[in-house]
Amino acid sequence: MAKTALQFRHNGSDVAIFVDGGTNLLVALRELIGDMTPKFGCGQGGCGTCSVLIDGELHLSCLTLAETVAGRSVETLDSLKQGPNLHALQRAFAENFAAQCGYCTPGMLMAAKALLDRNPSPSRAEIVEAISGNICRCTGYEPIINAILAASGGRVSA
Amino acid sequence: MTVTVKTFTSSSEAAAALSSDRNARYLGGGTLVMRALNEGDISISTVVRANDHALTRIDPSGPRITLGAGVTFARILGERDLAFLHAPARSIGGPAVRNMGTVGGNLFAPNPYGDFTVALLALDATVALQGGFGSRDIPIEEFLQSRERQAGTLVLSVSCTRPASAEAFRYRKIARIKPKGGSVITLAAHLPISGGRVAGARIALGSMAPTQIRARAAERALEGRSLDAATIAAAGSAAVEGTSPSDNALGSAWYRREIVGVHLRRLLLGQE
Repeated sequence: MAKTALQFRHNGSDVAIFVDGGTNLLVALRELIGDMTPKFGCGQGGCGTCSVLIDGELHLSCLTLAETVAGRSVETLDSLKQGPNLHALQRAFAENFAAQCGYCTPGMLMAAKALLDRNPSPSRAEIVEAISGNICRCTGYEPIINAILAASGGRVSA
Repeated sequence: MTVTVKTFTSSSEAAAALSSDRNARYLGGGTLVMRALNEGDISISTVVRANDHALTRIDPSGPRITLGAGVTFARILGERDLAFLHAPARSIGGPAVRNMGTVGGNLFAPNPYGDFTVALLALDATVALQGGFGSRDIPIEEFLQSRERQAGTLVLSVSCTRPASAEAFRYRKIARIKPKGGSVITLAAHLPISGGRVAGARIALGSMAPTQIRARAAERALEGRSLDAATIAAAGSAAVEGTSPSDNALGSAWYRREIVGVHLRRLLLGQE
């Protein structure tokens, strides 16, 4: 079957790939571009670990038809660190023990970034809402919420 | 598995492509169709899309509002004039799903999803459809009853009349996981009051039948009466009539039948 040419911005760089019809953005990012930071969890939109930003908006890459991002900007977890410097959210996750097995972390970080980009000092309730589409099966939600609070300069509860 | 993706600039071209191919599905926000493709649904061989701006238009002001089928729940939450639809829009998914999921797609969402459609059913919405035969408007209830046969038609928009007051429209989704989770039961009530009495009551239920349904016996119990304790108790008792819920991981059919009246009573009493 014919492949479709697809161009978009990936973490600030222009990329061009050929995708099969029906390929989702997660597969395109991982298998065709080699960005392994978004993870495959459920493929159903239930877990959130494949979360990326499309034109700054939080989307699930596994439910995004790859060719719908033509000409748009896609940001993954890989865009957060600058050289050897971790992003404030990544540092806060490390310092607040917000990753256990780590599988949900890419999605958690992107959901947190989507929140802080438009609301730099969210309340605890707003953080809970912002990560409500992301499942952590180590049930480490409290440290994750605290880490996002810490990154936004909020007060962390014990 | 690969599929053929057909993208059109006009909704009428997309509708023609959809109606001429029984294995074609329309791709809106992706939360239903991409999920089906990810699960290897071999009944889909063609995905049809339209970049028609009319599909993402919102007409939020005036007594009658119109939402393009491609309008996302996040956009509804950004419209101050659509405050009466904020509770149902917010009850869907997490932020990413609300950035993707659309009003039109929600009409096709199976249990335990399709919560926004419950609200639209209580609001007596009209669904604008485009098929190979041309376009037509049908009542949402009729649409839902024939939903399985609507695969070849394209939903263009939904419209409904704005409730007279915030009190007149009520919505509640019962979920085990908060703030996000599939529906155990979803309830919406439109209760226009005329001269102190309910005139034109609409009660809609989600997850109580294969599609969203109206609780007609409960509506009859409310009609022409003032919203007092006795009327509300009668409506609560009648809520289960005509329902045919199923068992799923979120609740059994028995449990849903037992609690639907309790939740309707609380909704009508304005209790948390």
